[in-house]
Amino acid sequence: MMRSEDRKAGALLEPKTLGPLTRTDFVRYQGASGDMNPIHHDETVARGAGYEAPLAVGMFHAGALAAHAAGWLGPENVRSTRIRWKAQVWPGDVLTLTGEVTRTYVVAESGEERADVKLACARQTGEIAVEGWMTFAFGVATSS
Amino acid sequence: MVDRASIGAKGEPFELVIERGKVREMARAVACTHPSYLREERPPIPPTFLTTMFFWEHEVPGSNPWDKVKLDQQRGMHAEQEYIFHGPPPRAGTRLTCQSRIEDVYEKEGRRGGTLGFAVMVTEFRDESGKLVAEARMTGVETARPPAKEER
Repeated sequence: MMRSEDRKAGALLEPKTLGPLTRTDFVRYQGASGDMNPIHHDETVARGAGYEAPLAVGMFHAGALAAHAAGWLGPENVRSTRIRWKAQVWPGDVLTLTGEVTRTYVVAESGEERADVKLACARQTGEIAVEGWMTFAFGVATSS
Repeated sequence: MVDRASIGAKGEPFELVIERGKVREMARAVACTHPSYLREERPPIPPTFLTTMFFWEHEVPGSNPWDKVKLDQQRGMHAEQEYIFHGPPPRAGTRLTCQSRIEDVYEKEGRRGGTLGFAVMVTEFRDESGKLVAEARMTGVETARPPAKEER
């Protein structure tokens, strides 16, 4: 849950561990999202494409990263989410989801208070699999 | 090879009704247990929920202009994805009208040699009153070699 000090630059998202990832995690995500690409669940197809195992759906761990941040600063406050994939993720991986408020500001026209957040999803090797950027809005700032 | 002639190509509009059970299913699939998503009668959508548009566009022929880019899916990867909400995220019960277009197609030299082809598809989401409530921007890349052959 968000505390008022979480709306300040430098505030840290409580890290979340995801995994060890299983093929079932990928299948559950594929069912929910509608992306049924067999490379993420069918061993034969994955090996045929030159992979050692079905690789994770990029939107699965990216979605987990963004939803973890949304749970922190408020699901109704999310205004934008941008994701960039840097490395592939595999069954057995243990991911760490982290984030930090980089900037807070007031939008001149509307007076709305906003916060920009930088996010990362790292593999157990330390390799960054996903980078993310989100913006949250908290309504019109009140002077107190 | 990506086809720059596809820039501006538009898909047919399609509908996406935000369903409560679908919101809950997506929240669980991304390991999120926030009570807004799991317990509210009309939950807001999770940040990446609009990816479920692919369910709905399948029902409308010509809704997805992506194939006009002619990006080789064997060498294709999802490079970047963005979702913008023009206000609070839409909630369950909202009926969205969606339309996709190819915004850009370009090439760049890869760091490890070879030419990379990029394509950007933008989807607009409008509510029942016609108001633009969200946009999705998908960037796909065609690598010089199949991704599986890359070092990892």
